Amino acid sequence: MTTASMPTQGTRNWRIRWRSIVVHGCLILGAFVMIYPLLWLASSSLKPANLIFSDLSLWPAKFRLQNYVDGWRGAAMPFSAFFLNSFIIAGLAVVGNVLACSMVAYAFARLNFVFKKTLFGVMMLTIMLPLHATLIPQYALFYNLGWVNTFLPLIVPKFLAVDAFFIFLMIQFIRGIPRELDEAATIDGAGPFRIYWSVILPLLTPALVTTAVFSFIWTYEDFLSPLVYLTSMDLYTVPQGLSLLMSSKGASSWGPLLAMSLLSLVPLFVVFFIFQRRLIEGIAASGLKG
Amino acid sequence: MSTTLSDAASLESDTSSKARSRRRKLVGINARQNGAAFLFLSPWLIGLLCLTLGPILASFYLSLTRYDMFTPPQWIGVSNYVKMFAEDARYYQALRVTFTYVFLSVPLKLAFALGVAMLLNRGLKGLGFYRSIYYLPSLLGGSVAVAIMWRQVFAYDGIINQILLKFGIDGPSWITSTDYALYTLVALAVWQFGSPMVIFLAGLKQIPQEIYDAAEVDGAGPVRKFISVTLPLLTPIIFFNFVMQIIGAFQAFTPAYIISNGKGGPADATLFYTLYLYEQAFTNFQMGYASAMAWVLVAIIGLATVLSFQSARYWVHYGDER
Repeated sequence: MTTASMPTQGTRNWRIRWRSIVVHGCLILGAFVMIYPLLWLASSSLKPANLIFSDLSLWPAKFRLQNYVDGWRGAAMPFSAFFLNSFIIAGLAVVGNVLACSMVAYAFARLNFVFKKTLFGVMMLTIMLPLHATLIPQYALFYNLGWVNTFLPLIVPKFLAVDAFFIFLMIQFIRGIPRELDEAATIDGAGPFRIYWSVILPLLTPALVTTAVFSFIWTYEDFLSPLVYLTSMDLYTVPQGLSLLMSSKGASSWGPLLAMSLLSLVPLFVVFFIFQRRLIEGIAASGLKG
Repeated sequence: MSTTLSDAASLESDTSSKARSRRRKLVGINARQNGAAFLFLSPWLIGLLCLTLGPILASFYLSLTRYDMFTPPQWIGVSNYVKMFAEDARYYQALRVTFTYVFLSVPLKLAFALGVAMLLNRGLKGLGFYRSIYYLPSLLGGSVAVAIMWRQVFAYDGIINQILLKFGIDGPSWITSTDYALYTLVALAVWQFGSPMVIFLAGLKQIPQEIYDAAEVDGAGPVRKFISVTLPLLTPIIFFNFVMQIIGAFQAFTPAYIISNGKGGPADATLFYTLYLYEQAFTNFQMGYASAMAWVLVAIIGLATVLSFQSARYWVHYGDER
């Protein structure tokens, strides 16, 4: 550096700092715009109906829980029933996906068998297959089994590893586990089942957690399958309950509807804040390795 | 399978006793491993046969019948397909709505995702915080609750119009207007740019700093670096995001259902393909017709995917080519 460039060095530093302030400013503004609808939802759920649309401020003048009381019992069934149904279905879906997908992933990643490449190709194709391709015959099948209007059509497919995306996620993860561990276990006399249970599963925990979290979120949010399979109100899930509340109450009482909407998002917020790193890594990994 | 065959073939030509014993061992292991492997695969194989492959074939058969679930299907040949393309104006409306939605929402979503990812990828303080905030909507976006919220945000007396009113603009009733209803759904999709953004961020982190340094030495400015370094090296990830988003966008259902009360209104302005399919199958019990619609949807998505992969060779750069 020559002496002549000394002053420009100073301006440059200043310019970099200024630029970083601008970038942070834009990002904070953007973040605010992104979550503004959610903040609005939260604040509206606490306002009386006549103020929801006239009062723009995010901080309610008075906190009123009446909307929650009205919403909870607003539909023909209380929301406790809908939440219970949703948690039962989502919980069993998590168990099904974690067990079934890890078994299949272990076979693809570690065992040799005939038609392995073909089956792997078929498995990858099913990831891209739209749900609607199988919806109607599946419905006919479950109808003839007498499963319509039970939780079974929403749960049994998870125990049959139908969500192949998770199989793929786990295969990628198992490939990163050193094979020497399997070999050492084999020398100690362990068979494939023991290796799966005692070597692979414990080390697969991060991928299992990712699978569990996404299974929970996707099943909990799912609207189409419950809409198709659950017709009696006492089996409704939370999204169906919201839809019911929306159509039964009409536009007159938005307060309770918004209150229940926010409440239905709470389990997702909780899961997100506990597992956000795992979720983001899971998303990133699916893109990078895929 | 092909490896097993070629292994066997190479062993056949090798006549040494060592190879023969190895072969015997291989076969023994294979028999035992096959048994174990298929036990592990059994849940998935049952699912594949009963819930995927079987239903796909059944769906094709049903698409050639008149079927209402309660009486046996009646063979009617290709009538469903003929009706779909020759007579059903609502079907064309559903196609128009869905294609508009896909072709607007996917590029916009990816543009936002890439733009914000570029802004975030500067070693900023608080990256984790921003990333979480921007990612959150894409996690919640598929839910009924968010669709209800969106309906309110764009209602005639909703916040968008309240804000516009501050600027002296009297906004329309977005949700109930045939001109705007679809665009509120596009906006809802774009709002969920977080998950492709996270994938872009991970991809940007993998571009070595040395390449940027070298470009800078060659006198490249920020725009030049973006066009000549970032974009080409990111094409595999742009491609991945593009294909996944296209496949997802064709299947969008919940927001359209909630915003239009399950009817695809106003005046079919938000009659998504999946919504019309649902209506035909589970409201009108035209299961045969709906199966034909499902098959065309699969064909459209398949074609879009194949075309993407075909085009990829012209614009996607994979690292190992360099």
